[in-house]
Amino acid sequence: MDLSNTHMLDDAVVTTKIDAVVNWGREASLWPFVFGTACCAIEFMATAASRYDISRFGAEVLRFSPRHADLLVVAGTVSYKQAPILKQIYDQMPEPKWVIAVGACASTGGFYDNYTTLQGIDEIVPVDVYVAGCPPRPEAILDAVLDIQRQLKREESFEVRNTEFKGKLDDV
Amino acid sequence: MMSNFIMIDALEIFQTIKDAKEKDGFTFLLDITCIDNLHKKYPASTRFELVYILRHSEFKETKIFKVAVVDEEVGVESISSLFDSADWAEREVYDQYGINFENHKMLKRLLNHMEFEGHPLRKDYEITKGQYCTTSQDMMDEMKPLLKDRELDMQKDDLMIVNLGPSHPASHGTIRTLAALDGEKIVAAASEVGYLHRGFEKSCENHNYNQIIPYTDRLNYCSALMNNIAFAKTVEEMMDITLPDRGIFIRVILAELSRVIDHLVCLAAGLLDMGGQTNYWYLFNPRNDAYDFLSKLTGARLTNSYMRIGGMTHDLYDGWQSDLEDVLTKIDFGITESLKMITHNRIYNDRIQDISPVSSKQAISYGFTGPNLRASGVAYDLRFAKPHYYYDTFDFDMVVGSVGDTYDRMMVRFEEMNESMKIIKQAVKRMPSGDINVNDRRITMPKKSCVYGGIEDMMNQFMLVTDGVKVPEGEHYGAFEAANGELGFYIVSDGSGTPYKVKVRPPSFYHMSAYPKIIENYQVADAIMTLGSLNIIAGEMDR
Repeated sequence: MDLSNTHMLDDAVVTTKIDAVVNWGREASLWPFVFGTACCAIEFMATAASRYDISRFGAEVLRFSPRHADLLVVAGTVSYKQAPILKQIYDQMPEPKWVIAVGACASTGGFYDNYTTLQGIDEIVPVDVYVAGCPPRPEAILDAVLDIQRQLKREESFEVRNTEFKGKLDDV
Repeated sequence: MMSNFIMIDALEIFQTIKDAKEKDGFTFLLDITCIDNLHKKYPASTRFELVYILRHSEFKETKIFKVAVVDEEVGVESISSLFDSADWAEREVYDQYGINFENHKMLKRLLNHMEFEGHPLRKDYEITKGQYCTTSQDMMDEMKPLLKDRELDMQKDDLMIVNLGPSHPASHGTIRTLAALDGEKIVAAASEVGYLHRGFEKSCENHNYNQIIPYTDRLNYCSALMNNIAFAKTVEEMMDITLPDRGIFIRVILAELSRVIDHLVCLAAGLLDMGGQTNYWYLFNPRNDAYDFLSKLTGARLTNSYMRIGGMTHDLYDGWQSDLEDVLTKIDFGITESLKMITHNRIYNDRIQDISPVSSKQAISYGFTGPNLRASGVAYDLRFAKPHYYYDTFDFDMVVGSVGDTYDRMMVRFEEMNESMKIIKQAVKRMPSGDINVNDRRITMPKKSCVYGGIEDMMNQFMLVTDGVKVPEGEHYGAFEAANGELGFYIVSDGSGTPYKVKVRPPSFYHMSAYPKIIENYQVADAIMTLGSLNIIAGEMDR
C-alpha cells in the first residue's frame, strides 16, 4: 500500500476503543525513572547499553526527574533511610504509573534480613512486576518491561490505579 | 598468623597516637572500629574495646592500638584533630556502637537514619529489628557551622543551598551532598551517606565464613571477585594456609580482570557524565564481554561468589585461554579508541585539569588509597609494598600522578588497566598445573562423587556446611589492593565457624569523607566530575 498518497484515507473511518488506542501509544513509549541504588543499577546500565538495548522496546527515554516519567524502576537495595525518598519520588510521578522491583532486595529485602534493609519496597509503594535475581540478568529486566506492556494493554486508560494501596509511610 | 596489637590506656589515647604520628612516622590512619565483648567466652576487662589501625609513612609497617573503654557514655578523646580520616570513622563507631568521642566537632549518626534508636552493632541489638524512617534530615546543623567558619551569611552573601542527590543521575548510587552556592561556585558542602547501609557487618556475625563470601560480592559490585579474594585471603592468613600455585594464579588473573572491569565502569560513567557518550559505548561494551567470560567461568555476571576459604569452587574450563585473550583484545580496543577521542580533546582536558586537586599530604590525611592516592603522587600500592601472590615476580609498573586533580585520577585508571592486562598476560603464560584448593578436609569440601560414595567424606561435607570452617581464636587485619584502594578486613575470631566480628575498611568511605572538602571553590559541574573520578561505590562505602 502506498501511503504517500495522502488522499487515500480521506473518507476512511476506523472504529476502535479509546482504551485500545491510548494503551497502544503508552505501551511503546514508556519513560522510565531509574531509582538505582546498588548492584542491580549496574545491570540496568547494561540493559540500557547497546548490546541489550532497551530502546528496542520503546523504553529508552530515561528520565531523571520523576515528574517526567511513568515507569519507576527500583533497582537495588532500599534501606529504611531511603524509604521516604522512594515514597517522595513515587508520589511525584504523574498518573498513570507503573513500578518494577528489580532484584531480590527490592522485591523482598533479599538476603539482607537485618535492621537496616526494607523488606521489600511493596511496604512503601505498590509494585506491578517483581524481577527475581541477585542481580537479574539484563534479559530479565527486559522481560519485566514487556510484562508491564502486557499488563497495561488490559487496563482502562483513564482509571487511577492503586487507590486502595496503603503503604507503611502513608499515614505519617 | 594473627596481628599483634598494643594495649593503651583510655586516658593516654590522644597522646600515644599523636606520638606515633609525629615521632614514629605512623602518618596514615587506616581505620577505627570497636569490639563489643558482651558474648566473648573469656570476657575482657571492659565491654567495649576500640581498635585504631595505623600505617607507617613508608607503608611497610602497620600498628594496631587497642583501648579498653571504661564508660561508653564518657568515651575517649577524639583524634579527629590529628587525622582528617578520623572524623567519619569516629562518627561511624558512635553510630554503630554508641561510644562517645570527646572534642569531636560533629558527633552524630552517619550510616543509620536520624530517627534510629539504639546502636545496631552492639551484641544485644537484635539483627532483624528494623526501624522505619519517616523523614530526611535537612543537614543545616552541619551547614551552619561551615558557613560560620567561612564568615558567610545566607542572606547577605546571597547564597543558595541545593541538594546534589540522594537520587541524582550523576551521584552513582544514592549519595547526598548539600552544597551552598554562590552563583555556580560551591562555597561550602556537606555529604550524607548511609543510604545503602545494608548491615554487612551485622550479617557477618550471623553467618559462617563461607556464607559471607556472597555478602562480600556486594561490597564493591563492580569488582565482586576482588572482594571475594580479599576476604578469603584475610581468613586464610588467620589460619596460616597458602593456596597451591594454580589457585594463586587464578586469583591473580581474576583480581586483575576485576580491576580492569572496575576502572572501565568508573571511566565509562565518568565520561558519560561529561557528555562523552561514545566513550561510554567503547568502554562499557568490552566490560560486557568480560562478563560473558566470567559467567561462563563462575555462572554469574556480576556477583560471582567464586572464591572459598582455602581456594575456589572449581577449576578453569577448557579453552579459557582463548576466551580471555579475546576479552583482552576487545578491552584493549575499547581503551585505545576511547583515548583517541579524549587525549587531545580540549573539552576533556580543560574541564578536568586542575579541578579539585588533592596534595599528597592531604590525601594521606584523608585516608586515600588506591588510584586516588597514587594520582596525588604517592607511590603506594600494596602489590609493591607488601608483595603477595607472587606480585613481585610480575613485570608491571606502578602508575603515579602528579597533582592529584580529576584529570590525574582518571588517567591513572586508564594506565592501570594496561598494567593489569600486562599482569594477566604474564599469569596466563605462567599458569601452573595442579591443585587449586588447599588439600585439608577441615577447610575445603570433598569431591561430590566422594560425598555420595563414602561415609567419611559425607560427614566431612556435613560438618563443613553446618559448622563452617573453624578459624583459630584471635584478631587480624588483612588488606588487599582492590580496584578502589586498600580493602581491609579486621576479623575477630572466637575459634568457631562464625566470626565474632568483621569490620571492613572500605576505600570509598574515606574518599567520600574528603569529597565535600575538595569540591569547595569549584563549580557544580566540576563536583560531578570529581565524584565520578573518585569512583565512589555506595555498596562498599555504606556496607
